[in-house]
Amino acid sequence: MLETLLDVASWTLIIVGGSFGIIGGIGVLRMPDFFSRIHPAGMTDTMFAPCMLLALILQSDTAIVTIKLLFILFFLLVTSPTSSHALAKAALHGGVRPSAEEAD
Amino acid sequence: MIAAAFIAILVTMTLAIVRALLGPTVYDRILAVNMFGTKTVLLIATLSFFSDRPDVIDIALAYALINFIGVIAVLKFFEYGELGHPGKRR
Repeated sequence: MLETLLDVASWTLIIVGGSFGIIGGIGVLRMPDFFSRIHPAGMTDTMFAPCMLLALILQSDTAIVTIKLLFILFFLLVTSPTSSHALAKAALHGGVRPSAEEAD
Repeated sequence: MIAAAFIAILVTMTLAIVRALLGPTVYDRILAVNMFGTKTVLLIATLSFFSDRPDVIDIALAYALINFIGVIAVLKFFEYGELGHPGKRR
């Protein structure tokens, strides 16, 4: 009974996280400008990775595996906004400008 | 279940690689490679569950940190032109 409940929860998290990841991947390809592409890439880091790691945590057998997966989750959640900010700042200093429409 | 996770991760990695090949500026490529790196961490973690070896997760933990430091080092190189710069803008 408990294993069935954990399996259903893991399947739900994998399907939801997987759809976020694929939508983020399509978004990185279709966005028109560099600065607007940072958002889908960050979306895969924020929604796909934690959903997948939580699904794996629900499936783990021992406590040490759960603790290591929680460490990975914590590092990904802390370092991904930092690298997005560093990338946007470096691009702005490097001369990339957002493409804006002309004012009417 | 783990197979579905593998398929989702591999499709996202393929889309990131296409952006790394297409991207007109170098920053697009850095963004795509950073995304590819975090998906690699997820791939190694699911691989450890797929093959019933709980000690492969340590590789994923180490690579999560290496990926972040690598992206920051590449960005510093592109902003200052060298890796030993004290950090003031030219």
